[in-house]
Amino acid sequence: MNAAKSGFATGRADLEIIVDLIKPGDRVLDIGCGDGTLLRMLEERLDVDARGIEISPEGVTKCLAAGLSVIQGNANHDLASYPDKSFDWVILSQAIQVVHNPKETVRELVRIGKKAIVSFPNFGHWHIRWQVAIEGRMPMTNRLPLPWYATPNIHFCTIRDFRALIDEMGLKTEAHFALRSDGRAIARRHPWLWNLFGREAIFVLSE
Amino acid sequence: MLKASKKPSKEKAQVRDKALKEALTPSSKLISFERGMKLDCGAHLPELNVAYETYGTLNADKSNAVLICHALTGDQYAASNNPVTGKLGWWLNMIGPGKPVDTEKYFVICVNVLGSCLGTTGPLSINPDTGRAYGVDLPVITIHDMVKAQNMLIDHLGIETLFAVIGGSMGGMQVLQWAASFPEKVFAAIPIATGAHHSPQNIAFNEVGRQAVMADPDWQGGRYMQEGVIPSKGLSVARMAAHITYLSEEGLQRKFGRNLQDKDAIGFSFDADFQIESYLHYQGMTFVDRFDANSYLYVTRAMDYFDLAADYKGVLGNAFMGTKTRFCLISFSSDWLFPTEESRTIIHALNAAGASVSFAEIETDKGHDSFLLDLPEMFDMVEGFLSSAARARGLE
Repeated sequence: MNAAKSGFATGRADLEIIVDLIKPGDRVLDIGCGDGTLLRMLEERLDVDARGIEISPEGVTKCLAAGLSVIQGNANHDLASYPDKSFDWVILSQAIQVVHNPKETVRELVRIGKKAIVSFPNFGHWHIRWQVAIEGRMPMTNRLPLPWYATPNIHFCTIRDFRALIDEMGLKTEAHFALRSDGRAIARRHPWLWNLFGREAIFVLSE
Repeated sequence: MLKASKKPSKEKAQVRDKALKEALTPSSKLISFERGMKLDCGAHLPELNVAYETYGTLNADKSNAVLICHALTGDQYAASNNPVTGKLGWWLNMIGPGKPVDTEKYFVICVNVLGSCLGTTGPLSINPDTGRAYGVDLPVITIHDMVKAQNMLIDHLGIETLFAVIGGSMGGMQVLQWAASFPEKVFAAIPIATGAHHSPQNIAFNEVGRQAVMADPDWQGGRYMQEGVIPSKGLSVARMAAHITYLSEEGLQRKFGRNLQDKDAIGFSFDADFQIESYLHYQGMTFVDRFDANSYLYVTRAMDYFDLAADYKGVLGNAFMGTKTRFCLISFSSDWLFPTEESRTIIHALNAAGASVSFAEIETDKGHDSFLLDLPEMFDMVEGFLSSAARARGLE
C-alpha cells in the first residue's frame, strides 16, 4: 500500500489514508461523496456497506451506476434523520469549508458515526500565508483554484483553528494526519510543523 | 395542432364500446380469484378479477420479475398498445429490449389496479349478487387493497420475491405500500414522483374532480350505465382540472404562453381563445371515452386515503424498520403535486430505518408528468440502479 499511500493510485492522498483506517464490513457514510471515488475504493477493497450524500445530480447518477447508495442532499439538511451511531464511520472529506455551520455539522458527524473523519485544506499552509501576507491577495492553489468571488468555500480554517474547535466541543481526537504538497504525511514528532507545511489535514474524531 | 378534436360521435361511441368491452373482457391476461378478497373497509369482494400484461420471460428460478405499478388513469398496457385508444404503451420509453427496464433481462408485469376499468374488478365489473355492474355499490378501495390484489397474482405466478417494484405518482404509492407490507418480497423499489401520503392540496384537487363528475346530471347517482349515458361533461372537467396539476407554471409558459388558438385576436367570447384552453378541452374530451367516471371516483379516493405513516403509529420509519429492500427515489424540481419535499420525508424515514436508499431530484420544467416523459437523467438513474441491484441479486 506504500505506493497507494503516497497518493499515486488516486491522486487523492487523503483518500488513501482514509481507506487504511476502515475495516472490512464497516458501515460508512461519505458526505459530499462526489462521483463516489472513495466509496468505490472502500467497496472494492473492503466490501464495506457504503452510503453517500452528494449535492450534484450528476454525481448521484454516477454513484448509482456504480451500484452505490447515494442520496442527493447536503450536510446542512440531511443528517438529522440518521439515528445515533448508525454508522461505523462518517466521512466529511474536503467539504467542511462549504457547509453553513461547521460546528453543527461536526456535532452531527460524531453523533451519527462511532467515529468521524474530517479532512480539509489547511489555511495555515505557508503558501497560503505567503499569498495573503506578502502578495496581499486571497489565496488560490491547485486545490483551491477558484478566485474569492467564485469559490463555494465559506468557512476556511487552519489546523490550529480546527483543533481549537474540537477542544471547545469536548471531542476526542483518535488520530490525525497532515499531508505535504506531495501527498506524504508529515512526521508526528514535529507537530508544530503541521500548521505551516501541511497542505491538508485529516482528523479522526469521536464523542 | 392543439385544436380541439371534432371527432364524429360515431367514432367516440366506438371507443366507448371498446372501453366497455375491455373492462369486462380485457385483451390482456386475466386471472379470476373466486375466493374474492377482504378489503380494508371491512367488506368482502366476492370475486376478484386481476387483468395484467407481461413482457419478457420469467427465468427458471423466478428471480427476475419486475412489477410496474401504474398511476391514477394508467393501465396494464405499459409497453404495448392500449386496446381502447390504440396508443403506444404509456411507459414504452422505460420498458422494452435495451431500455432501462430491459425486457431481455427482466420479466415485467403490469397490473390494472383494483377499482380501475380495464379488466381488473372495478365499478364496471358485474356484481355477482345483482348480475349488474357494481357502479357505486363497489366498496371503497385503498392503495393497500390494490397491492394485496397484485400480491395474489404474484403468488399465483409462483414468484416468491419481486426483483423490483417500480411506479410513479399513485404507482409510487403502491411501491411504498409493497415495501412496507411485503418487505421480504421486494428486492429493489423505485418510487418516483410520489409521497407517503396524499397532501391536503392533492385531496382538494381530487375532490374538485369528483364533485365535477357527481354534479353532472348524467352521473345519475352513479347508475349511468343502466341509463345508457355517461357523465362526460363532469368527467371532462375533472380531467382538465387534474391535468393542470400534472404540468408546471414554467412548462405552461414555455409551451403555450398566452398564445391564441387559430386566431389573431381575442374573440370577446367564451370560446377557447387561448391555446391552453383548447389543449385542456382536448385532454378532457379524449379522456371521457377511455376512462370510467366511477372508476375515477374510486381510484382518486384510494389516493386520498393513502397515509402510510398513519398505518404505523404515525411514524413513517416504522413502516420500513429492518427492511432489506434497496430503494431508489426520484423527484422532479417542478412537480408541485408531489414536491421533492415529499420524497425527502420518505428518505429521512428510510434513513431512520437504516435502509439502503438512493435519491435524486431531476431538474425539469415538465412538472409531475415528467415521470412519463423522455428524461435521460431518469433513465440513467433507473438503469444504473437496476443494473447494480441485478448484480447483487445474481441476475447478471
